[in-house]
Amino acid sequence: MSPAQADEDPLTTTSTVTVNGTARIVTAPAHRSLLEGLRDILGLTGTKSCCAEGECGACTVLLDGKAVNSCLVLCVESDGHEVTTIEGLSECGPTDLQEEFLNAGAVQCGFCIPGQVMSAEYLLRTNPAPSEPEIREALSGNLCRCGGYARIVAAVKETAARRAGDHD
Amino acid sequence: MTDPVKSVPIPGGLPHEHGAVGQSVTRYGGVDRVSGGQRFLADLSFPGAAQVALVTIPLGCADILGIDTSLAARLPGVLAVVTAEDLPQPVPRFGVSHQDRPVLATGRVNYHGEPVAAVVAETLDAAQAAVRAVRVDYRELPGVYTLDEALAPGAHLVQDQSIRPDDPKRDSNVLKDAHYAWGDLAAAQQRTEAVVEHVYTFPMVTHFPIEPGGTVVVPTDEGGLDVYSPVQHPYLLQRTVASLLQLPLNKVRVFAPDPGGGFGGKQNPKYEPLMSFLAQRTRRTCRLVLSLEETFQAMRRAGCRIKARTGFTRQGEITFHELDADYLIGAYADVAPRVMAKGSYVGGGPYRIPAVRITARAVLSNTTPSTAFRGFGSPQMAWGTESQLDAGARVLGLDGLQVRRRNLVARGEAFIRGDHQATADGDWAQSLEKAAELVGWHEPLKPNRGRGIAVGIKPGATSGLSQSLVRLLYDGSAIVYAGTSDMGQGARTLWQQIVADELGTPVDQVNVVSGDTGAVPFDLQTSASRSTVFMGTAVIEACADIRRRILDLYAETTGVPAGELDERPGVLVTADREMPLVEAAREALGPLRGEFIGQGVSRLRGRSGHPLGGDAAFYEFNCTAIEVEVDPETGELLLTRHVSVGDVGRELNPIQVVSQDEGASIMGLGHSQMEQVLVDEHGRIRNLGALDYRIPTFKDVPVELVTAAVENHDGPGPYGSKGISEGALLCTAGALGAAVAQATGVVVRDLPLTPERVWSAIRAANADRSAAPRPE
Repeated sequence: MSPAQADEDPLTTTSTVTVNGTARIVTAPAHRSLLEGLRDILGLTGTKSCCAEGECGACTVLLDGKAVNSCLVLCVESDGHEVTTIEGLSECGPTDLQEEFLNAGAVQCGFCIPGQVMSAEYLLRTNPAPSEPEIREALSGNLCRCGGYARIVAAVKETAARRAGDHD
Repeated sequence: MTDPVKSVPIPGGLPHEHGAVGQSVTRYGGVDRVSGGQRFLADLSFPGAAQVALVTIPLGCADILGIDTSLAARLPGVLAVVTAEDLPQPVPRFGVSHQDRPVLATGRVNYHGEPVAAVVAETLDAAQAAVRAVRVDYRELPGVYTLDEALAPGAHLVQDQSIRPDDPKRDSNVLKDAHYAWGDLAAAQQRTEAVVEHVYTFPMVTHFPIEPGGTVVVPTDEGGLDVYSPVQHPYLLQRTVASLLQLPLNKVRVFAPDPGGGFGGKQNPKYEPLMSFLAQRTRRTCRLVLSLEETFQAMRRAGCRIKARTGFTRQGEITFHELDADYLIGAYADVAPRVMAKGSYVGGGPYRIPAVRITARAVLSNTTPSTAFRGFGSPQMAWGTESQLDAGARVLGLDGLQVRRRNLVARGEAFIRGDHQATADGDWAQSLEKAAELVGWHEPLKPNRGRGIAVGIKPGATSGLSQSLVRLLYDGSAIVYAGTSDMGQGARTLWQQIVADELGTPVDQVNVVSGDTGAVPFDLQTSASRSTVFMGTAVIEACADIRRRILDLYAETTGVPAGELDERPGVLVTADREMPLVEAAREALGPLRGEFIGQGVSRLRGRSGHPLGGDAAFYEFNCTAIEVEVDPETGELLLTRHVSVGDVGRELNPIQVVSQDEGASIMGLGHSQMEQVLVDEHGRIRNLGALDYRIPTFKDVPVELVTAAVENHDGPGPYGSKGISEGALLCTAGALGAAVAQATGVVVRDLPLTPERVWSAIRAANADRSAAPRPE
C-alpha cells in the first residue's frame, strides 16, 4: 500500500508517541501493533519479534516506564504516551545492567536479550534490591532458548549490588 | 594442512601463560547484542522488497486436486502467486541425505504446514490477503502420524516409490536402518543373573529458536542471487541453491546473519530454494519472515521409541544390551537418517559390554521433517540405555553411581567393538565422580526427594573441512575470515583469543568476518560442536603461516639469513633478541607497508566403509546428576540441584563453557519435563506457538544449577580443547527419570515427565498397592 492510499484508508490512525524522548508521529492501520510500529515504521529494530502473542517477551519495551509486550499494544493505544526501547536505554553506551549481562556470560545468540534487558531494567527501577525468586518472577515472561537464565539472574543481582553502591 | 585429530597440543600448554586463551574474554559482538544493535535477518533493511507469504492447508496428508489462484492474483499489490506448476518440471527436489523434498508441494501435501503455493506482493498485508484468497481443493488421505501407523502392514506410504527408485525399502516407510553388533550374545546370556526389559519413548520436540526463520533473496545485475538467511551452513545453502537454479557457485552469494538461536534447526535449506525461484521469476527482492508457528512447522527433533533388553551379573556388570529403536522422522529425509545412524551408533553408551545388538530405523511419517537438533540422536538412545542401567541397579540393590562405576570404560578402552571400534578418548570416570560429589550423592535425602545420575556420549564430526584466512595489518591489528556461524556459542570470541596469542595482538584489535560466502573461505558446517576443533585449528594454522611469512620477509628486508631466525607465537627470534611479532612484521614490510595474509586449512578425511563415514574427531562426554523433589499430590517436580560435568579437554573461554553447559542443561530439562509436539489424527500440530508449547522459563531453572568441567588437555582441538556444546543435554532425561523414581518409587518410561504423567503413575502405583493382597 502506498502512503497516499494509507492516508485515504479510513482505518488508518495517526498517533503521536514520545519514543526515546522524541515526539514521533506514527501513521498506521488501526490494527498495527506498537512492535510493528517501532520496527517497520520507525526503524527501531532493536526490539525483537518472536511469538507475536505476548508469551516470549522478546518485544518488551517500557510504556510510560512500565514493561509491556509491545506486540500486545496497538500503535494507536500509545498515542500520547512515552515509549522507551532498547535503543533509548543504550543511548549513552551500555548501561551498568548491560555491562553486567556481558560480564556474567548472559548473552548467547542475543535475540532475546533486548527484551530481557528491558524487563530487568523495569524490575530494578521498581525493586532496587530484588531477591532471586523476585528476579525469576519478574523475568518469567522472557524466554531464552539458549538457556541463559542463571547467567541473567546473576547479571541482575550484580547490577542491583552496583546500584546500591556495594561495589567500587 | 592439519588433521585436527592428529594435531598435537602445544607442549607446555598455551602460547602465553597469561595470554587471552583460557580467559573469560567478553564475547565478540556483545555490546551490539545487549543494546539492540545486532542485526538479525528480520532487522536488515531491503527498501522496495516484495513480501512473501506461504499458502498451506490444515491437514497432514492430502491430495491436492486443484489450486485456484485467479482471485488472489487479481488483488491489489499482488505480483505473483506461484504453485508447483509454475516451477521447472519435474519440480526440483533437494535434501541433505536424499533429494526428496520438493521446492513446493507437488500433487500432495505430506505434512501439516508444507506450502502448496507462495504469494509475492508489494506489502505483507497484500500478501496475506492474497493467501486467504487462494482456493485449494484437496482430499484427505489416511496419513501416518505415529510409529505404529507408519509401521503397520499396508500403511500409507509417505513417499512415492518413484522418489527412491533404487531403494529396496521403497515399499515401506523405513527410510534407512542401522545395525551394530558385537560379541557372543549366547555366551553373555549364560553368565547373566538379572535381565531388565522395557520400552521407552522420547517425544517429538521443536527447536523454538527465539528468532523465527526467514530468508531474503536479491537478484543481482549479473544474473546471480544474493541469498540472506540465518543459516548454520552457508556453504551448503550456496551449493543447494546453485545446483537447483543451475548457477555457478560464484553467482550465488550467501549472507548469513548470526542466527538468533539455531540448535541444529537452521542447518539445512528449507524455504531458500523456493525464495530463490521466486526472486528469479519476479526479478524482485523477495522477503519472507516466518512466524513462530511456521517455524515450528519447519523443524523438529525426531521422536523415538526404544525397546531395550539388558543383562547384568549380580555385581552389576552388564553382560549384554539389546536395543531396538525407531526414530519417527518426518515426510522428507533432511538429515534424519544420519541422526538415527549416529545416535544409535553410540546407543550402547560408554560402557564395557561384551555383547551388544543395536537395530535402529528412521521411519517416515506425515509430520514435520525432523532434522539435526543439539545432541543429534544421542539423547533419545541415552534415555533408554541410562534408564536401563538404573532399572538393573534397582533389581540388584545397587545405586546409579555404583552400576556406572562398574561398567564405564577407562581411557583407551573400547566401548564400541567390532569392525568399527571406538575407544574412550578421555578419563570419563572423573566426570562421573565429580558430578556425584557435587550433587551430594551420599548425603541423606529429605522426604519426597530423589537423586539420579546418568552419563551421555555423542560422537563429534567424522569428517570435515574448515578453511580460514587471517590478515595481519601494518599497525598490528588483525582480521580473521572464518565461516563459522556465531549462533550463540561465541565462536568468534575464540578466534580473537587464538589470534591474539598466536600473533601477539591485543584481543580488542582482532576482528572477525563471517557470514558471507563471497568474502570468507569455505567452511563445511557449524554443527556437531566441531568449530573449536576444526576452525580453531585452521585459524592457528593461518597464524603459523603468517609467522613464517614474516620471518621470510624480515630476512629479505634486513639481510639477516633466514637460518638465523626463528619464530614462536607472538615473537620473532633473532640472534640477539626476541622481537614482538608485530614489530618484526612492520620492519619486514618496510616503507611500502602492506600486510601479511596467512591461510589455514583443517581437513579430516573420512574413512570409507565406516558406518558413519569415519571415526569421530572426538567424543563429547557428560555426567548429569539431579536431585528432585516431587509433590505427591500434584506430580510437580522441583529440581533442587542439577549438576552437569563435561569432559571438555580444555576451557578456552571458561564463561562461554559455563554458558553452553547451563544452556544445554536447561534445554535438556525441556524435553525431559515439559516439551512435546502434539499431533492429532489428521496430522495437525495442536500446540503450535508459544502459548501451547511450553519451554523452560526462569521459573523452571533448578534451585541450584551447578556446572563443572574436567580438563585434561586431551582434546584434538587447539591447546587440547574439544567441542562442548551438546554434552549437558545428552543424559538429562535419564538422570531426572532416576531421581523421580527414587523420590516416588514409581518409574516413568515416557517423556516428558509432566506433572500429569508423574501424578498418574503415582496414583496407579498406589492403586496397585492397595489392591494387592497383603503379605502373610
